[in-house]
Amino acid sequence: MYQYSEQDHQLLLERVSQFRGQVARRLKGELSEEEFKHQRLRNGLYLQLHAYMLRVAIPYGLLSSEQMRTLAHIARKYDKGYGHFSTRQNIQYNWPKLEDVPDILDDLAKVEMHAIQTSGNCIRNTTSDPLAGVARDEIEDPRPYCELIRQWSTFHPEFNFLPRKFKIAVSGATQDRAAVAVHDIGLRLVKSKTSEEIGFEVYVGGGLGRTPMLGKVIRAFLPKQDMLTYLEAILRVYNMLGRRDNIYKARIKILVHETGEEKFRELVEAEWEKIKAGGLYLKEEDFNWVKGFFNDPEYDILPDQDADFENLMLSNADFARWVDKNIELHKQSGYRIVYLSLKTAHQPPGDVTADQMDAIADLADKYSLGHIRTTHRQNLVLSDVQLKDLPALWGELKALDLATPNYNHVTDIISCPGLDYCALATARSIPISQAITARFDDYDFINDLGDVSINISGCINACGHHHVANIGILGVNKKGTEVYQLTLGGSAREDAAIGKIIGPAFEADEIVDAVSEVLSVYLENREDPEETFLTAYRRLGPALFKERLYG
Amino acid sequence: MDNYIKDRKVDSNEWMPFTGLEDGDSLPTGDIYVPLEEWLNARETLLTRNGRLGVALRNTDDPAIIKDDLERLDLVVLEFPKMADGRAFTQARLLRERYGFKGEIRATGDVLYDQLFYMQRCGMNGFELRDDQNASNSLKAFDEMTVTYQPASDEELPLWRRNK
Ligand code: HEM
Ligand code: SF4
Repeated sequence: MYQYSEQDHQLLLERVSQFRGQVARRLKGELSEEEFKHQRLRNGLYLQLHAYMLRVAIPYGLLSSEQMRTLAHIARKYDKGYGHFSTRQNIQYNWPKLEDVPDILDDLAKVEMHAIQTSGNCIRNTTSDPLAGVARDEIEDPRPYCELIRQWSTFHPEFNFLPRKFKIAVSGATQDRAAVAVHDIGLRLVKSKTSEEIGFEVYVGGGLGRTPMLGKVIRAFLPKQDMLTYLEAILRVYNMLGRRDNIYKARIKILVHETGEEKFRELVEAEWEKIKAGGLYLKEEDFNWVKGFFNDPEYDILPDQDADFENLMLSNADFARWVDKNIELHKQSGYRIVYLSLKTAHQPPGDVTADQMDAIADLADKYSLGHIRTTHRQNLVLSDVQLKDLPALWGELKALDLATPNYNHVTDIISCPGLDYCALATARSIPISQAITARFDDYDFINDLGDVSINISGCINACGHHHVANIGILGVNKKGTEVYQLTLGGSAREDAAIGKIIGPAFEADEIVDAVSEVLSVYLENREDPEETFLTAYRRLGPALFKERLYG
Repeated sequence: MDNYIKDRKVDSNEWMPFTGLEDGDSLPTGDIYVPLEEWLNARETLLTRNGRLGVALRNTDDPAIIKDDLERLDLVVLEFPKMADGRAFTQARLLRERYGFKGEIRATGDVLYDQLFYMQRCGMNGFELRDDQNASNSLKAFDEMTVTYQPASDEELPLWRRNK
């Protein structure tokens, strides 16, 4: 994990006192609410339906147990005892008081955390693969590159007032667990076709919101030394040419779309030619330095089997289900990756209580080398658990209600806060996700359905990523009633796709039945249990589903 | 006192904006700056004057247009029509870093306390603060942060390489 230097610390302290000053000037009336808005947004502070919301950055989703304990402390002391892990691997607090925020930032700074650039029209916290460094399908660890991007983008003086927010994601594996195609810039580490060299496939112009679009590959292979100069060139073109006349057309996806992919590429390449040899050109010494923070831990040499583990698999069906659903293979023999499900019927997706956070920190110390990762599907990961510890860990997770065996299954739902918390919402989303979870809580059914994603957004802004779910639900307000549009066929993975609306919207009391019908059509028509929902949908097309839903 | 900062000091503004050069008009004396179109139309006439010259760019102009003129100019004026409109940050860096402009790059418009740090990093060194701002109180904004990660007009190298 990256270790802060004295200068990194210094920067955070200066930032906190700067923000303290801004809050003081606001309270004295020297800063108007409009001007303060730009400052607080650059510190992750939104004004919401009931209160302020503070979004704390978790750089590329990596947390130490000590940091997790601080997040618990903040939830307890300044909020209502819980926090919400977001789809961008960050954590949000829904109830902080404005005057407490500088103190919260102080507490965060002590453990090398902050809320810098978690909102506002600037380069946001970079996201990545939650399995970085431990995945079996990894080409190279993306975290060192994410850290370089973090440093380059933090308080970048030229790009702090962009036309709109700007999100970058980096993936280093064959499977895309970072949804690179729906980011303003997505970087995928790839091997050159002609040499052993590592570089990036560069996607630009992906995004959800009102106008969902997949990123376009504007460069098939960018040598890794050129990563930051190339990013700077893209951002510079966007800063000068991105639309500022209409907030709904201000994202880079619209610029790429309106300029045309080919012309946009020419603009970027022309700018890049002029800066590629500059100070941001990355040298071997830079990579050596930053990779030094992400070396493998000292793994024990272990066999990839364990008698106690196997016995429990045979004797305890609950344990076997959990292993089947929530455990992933690790690159190191004798180790496993464990998903902690934040999706139970008892809490909104992504919510974690302060007590759970403390307990998770303890479990990380006890079983997983003291680290926790957050995922873009709003779950948590313990990345380095020994096979022999799985039975004990399972017991403890069950007691914490974090062992629901549903990872990447139908009840592993992404949902935005919706009308319960969000000022922009046109419909509720959390109650819908809970109703779906309650309906499909039978393990055998979930298991039989296999890999499928349901995402829910409470309005067209699409914070719940409904466009890229296999089954997406969008809440809209139609003449005073909340209705729900159903979108099918989306994906946020390496086969990324934007789902299509299947037909007229459903009322709140019909939408769960509609989802159920969609799932039945799949079950009745799949070729075999190996064929996933998405594959079957792509083969079958929408007609069968439409017919069942609307007759 | 003008609400104006130059090179981190409260200063008085010597420059006059000038437009409306019509046929037969006599040119004003003293230090003047003109809109880009005026400069492009009447460059030679303007250069016959005995006084310093500046050009004001709209934030949609590509600074490359005046790159060959920069040796004859002492001031380039950039605009921030709204604080959230950050195009002039790029223009300033290009003027300083790419085209090597040595004169004053001045920020005008919504020039506010909390922008000054970023503006100076991009090479701006003259600031016409918005009327409601207080120039002497704003001087501390330049030093609120001392750590910078990325190269800009004030640093050639990223932090991680400066340390070595
Ligand atoms: C609670 C109040 C919230 C408000 C007012 C809000 C507002 C918005 C708005 C206006 C957009 C659209 C931006 C655009 O089109 O450029 C957006 C996008 C987004 N929001 Fe939220 N949001 C909220 C909460 C959340 C939460 C809790 C999450 C995470 C679970 C989230 C994740 C996202 C993501 C990932 C996008 C990006 C979609 C894209 O790439 O275009 N938001 N949000
Ligand atoms: S999708 Fe809409 S309702 Fe949901 S959090 Fe975003 S802005 Fe709010």
